Amino acid sequence: MKNVVIRIVLATALGVAAQAASAQTLGTVKSRGALNCGSNGSLAGFGLPDSQGRWTGLDVDFCKALAAAIFNDPGKVKFVPLTAKDRFTALQSGEVDLLARNTTWTSSRDTTLGLNFTGVNYYDGQGFMVRKALKVNSALELNDAAVCVQQGTTTELNLADYFRANKMKLKTVTFATSTEALKAYDAGRCDAYTTDASGLAGERLRLANTGDHVILPEIISKEPLGPAVRHGDDQWFDIVRWTHFAMVNAEELGITKANVDDQMKSENPDVKRLLGTEGKHGEALGLSNDWAYRIIKHVGNYGEVFEQNVGQGSQLKIARGLNALWSKGGLQFAPPVR
Amino acid sequence: MNTTETGAVETARPKAPLIYNPKVRGIAYQAALCALVAFLVWSAIDNAAENLARAKIATGFDFWNHTAGFDISQTPIEYSATSTYGRAFWVGLINTLLVAGIGIVLATVLGFIIGIARLSKNWLVARMAGFYVEIIRNLPLLLQLLFWYNAVLKALPSVRESLAIPGGGFLNNRGLFLPKPDFLPGSSAALIALALGIVAAIAFRIWARRRQYRTGQQAPVFWVTFGLVVGLPLIVLALSGFPIRFIYPESGRFNIRGGIEVLPEFMALLFGLVIYTAAFIAEVVRAGILSVVKGQTEAAYSLGLRPGPALRLVVVPQAMRVIVPPLTSQYLNLTKNSSLAVAIGYPDLVQIFAGTVLNQTGQAVEVIVITMAVYLTISLVTSGLMNIYNRSVALVER
Repeated sequence: MKNVVIRIVLATALGVAAQAASAQTLGTVKSRGALNCGSNGSLAGFGLPDSQGRWTGLDVDFCKALAAAIFNDPGKVKFVPLTAKDRFTALQSGEVDLLARNTTWTSSRDTTLGLNFTGVNYYDGQGFMVRKALKVNSALELNDAAVCVQQGTTTELNLADYFRANKMKLKTVTFATSTEALKAYDAGRCDAYTTDASGLAGERLRLANTGDHVILPEIISKEPLGPAVRHGDDQWFDIVRWTHFAMVNAEELGITKANVDDQMKSENPDVKRLLGTEGKHGEALGLSNDWAYRIIKHVGNYGEVFEQNVGQGSQLKIARGLNALWSKGGLQFAPPVR
Repeated sequence: MNTTETGAVETARPKAPLIYNPKVRGIAYQAALCALVAFLVWSAIDNAAENLARAKIATGFDFWNHTAGFDISQTPIEYSATSTYGRAFWVGLINTLLVAGIGIVLATVLGFIIGIARLSKNWLVARMAGFYVEIIRNLPLLLQLLFWYNAVLKALPSVRESLAIPGGGFLNNRGLFLPKPDFLPGSSAALIALALGIVAAIAFRIWARRRQYRTGQQAPVFWVTFGLVVGLPLIVLALSGFPIRFIYPESGRFNIRGGIEVLPEFMALLFGLVIYTAAFIAEVVRAGILSVVKGQTEAAYSLGLRPGPALRLVVVPQAMRVIVPPLTSQYLNLTKNSSLAVAIGYPDLVQIFAGTVLNQTGQAVEVIVITMAVYLTISLVTSGLMNIYNRSVALVER
C-alpha cells in the first residue's frame, strides 16, 4: 500500500525520517560517510568552534571518538549546532544521529520525548553567578532577584523549583540561547545568571570584566549530562554507550593516546579484550574488533579528553570531582568488556 | 412536428460513450485529484503517527493539563510555575495580542503622520519623512529589534540609579514602573459618570452633525466631548472625595516591586514593530493620497477649506479606498512579526508555547499545529474586520 516514493516524500514533508527511526542508524551513517552530531555551538569546554572553524570540547571529542570507532577517522563528523530549545526535535526527526550537547538525563526525556540516554559523560549541577558588587554570598539571599536563563533547559525548571521550595520570589527573564541570556545579564538586565556549574565557569570567561562576577557556592540540582539517541535502534544505542565505556575503561587500565600502540602487545587480558587483540567484542557491536584502539589512538581516554577540554589543560581548570574514576572517589564507572 | 424533429436530431447524432463527454470527464478529473490529495494527507498523518509510535514519542493533547514548571516574566493573567501548559499557552497568546494590538494602533498613527509629512510642502519635513522611510524599511526587522533592545538596556540606568518619574514612577533597565490605581468602594459613581459622559458625547456629536447639515453652523465638538468624557468623571470623583488609592512601586533589595510594570523586552519589541511597520504604512498612505486626483484638493480649496480640513474631509476619505486593503496586509505582517520576540526574550506565544512547551513535552507536531492555527485565526479575524471596514469606505456605486 505505502510505496517507497510516497514514504520518502511524506517523511521529508513531515520531517519525520521513516527509516532513520528504525534499526538502521549505523548503516545510514556508514553510507553517508559521516556522522551527524548534534552539538552545542557556543559553550567553551563542551562544544565550540574556534576561529579556524575547528570544533573543540568534551562533547565534540565524544563525537570524534564515535567517528573514529566507525570510520577510523575522527574527522568524519558533521557538527550541527543546536539551541537547547531545538535539540530534541532535531534528534527525533533524524536530522542528527546523536545528541552530544551537554544534555541532562531526565525521566521525561528518556520516555515521552522518545530518547535514550546512553550514559553520563559529565556529572554536573546547577549554580548561580552574580556581580560581586551585590555582596551576595549565597543563593538563598536571592529573594526578589531577576535571573537570566536559557530557554528549553532543566535549568529553567530547577530555577522555578528552587525559588518555590525556599519561598523566595523570582523574576525570570528567558532567552532562546545562552549567548543572549548572558549578554542581557552583562548589560544589567538581571541580578543573576544561572546554568550548569561547568557552564558558569566557561561563560564567566566571556564576560567583559571576568573579575567582577562570582559563582555562588550552592549547587541546586543534579545534572547528569550525556549523549542521547532515538528510541528503537538498540545496536546504535549500544555503540554510542560503549564508546563512552571504552574511554573510561582505557583510563582505568592506563591506556593513553601515547602508549596505545605499546599496549597492543600487552598480556593483560582486560587490555587485550578492550583493544581487540583477543575476542570479537567489536564485531558484536557491528564495528571492527579494533574499535576501542581507534578511539584511544585518535582521541584519547576519558581522563585525557577531560583534562584537555575542561580540566587543567584548558582555561576552565575544573577539577575532576564527581567525574573522577570510581577508583579515585568519583562516579565514572564502566562495565567490563568481556 | 416537434417530436419528429427532435427525434430526427437524436438519431442523427450517435450517442457518445460517457468517457468522451467533456462534462463527465471534467468531474472525473476533479474527483481523482481530490481523492489523490485526500490520500496524500491521510498517508502523511498515518505515516507520522506510525513513526511517532515506533519511536515511542508521546502523542495526543494530554500535555495540555500537565504542570508547566517554568516561570514567565510577563503574566497578564494569573500564572505560576505550578500552572498547566494550557495556562502557559493563554499567557503567551495574550502577550502576543497585547503587543500586536498596541503596535497596530501606534503604527497606524505614526504611519499616517509620516506618510502625510512626506507629501508636505515644507522641504525639510518631506525630506526627513523620506529619509525615515528609506532607512527603516530597508533594514531587517530582527536587526532593528536587537538594536532597540540593546539601546533600551544600555541607555537606561541600572536599578540603583533609577530615574524617578514625577508622580511616583521609576524608569531603569529593568523596565518602566508606574503607580497602579486601586479602585476603592465608592469609585463606582465616577465609573457611571464616565459611561454617561461617553453616551452624552456620542449623542452630542450626532446632534451637532445634524445641525451642521441643516444650518451650516459648527459646534465646538472637541471641547464638549472632552468636558463630558474627562471633566464629568473628575468632578464626580472630587465630589465623592477621591476614592482611588495608588499602589506605588517601591525599591526592594534587587528590584522594584508593585505598581504597573512594563518590561524592557516589551518596550523594545513594541518600539521595533511600530517604527518598522509605520515606514510601510507611510508609503501606503502616501500612495493612497496621491491616488486622489489633484482636482479634488483644488475644488476643496476653492470652496474655502483650509489645507487641514481639506485633507481631513475631502482627500483622506477618498484615499481610504486605496489605503485599506494594503493596510490590512501591514497589520497582518505586524502581528506575525511579533513572533520575533523570541530573539529578545519577550514571552510571546512562539517563545512560550512553540519554544519551552514544545521542548519540554517533545510533541512538535501537536504544538506547531496549534501555534499555526492560532496565527491563522488571528490573521483571518484581522482581515475579516478590515474587510468589513473596507466595505464601509469603499465607493458605493449607484
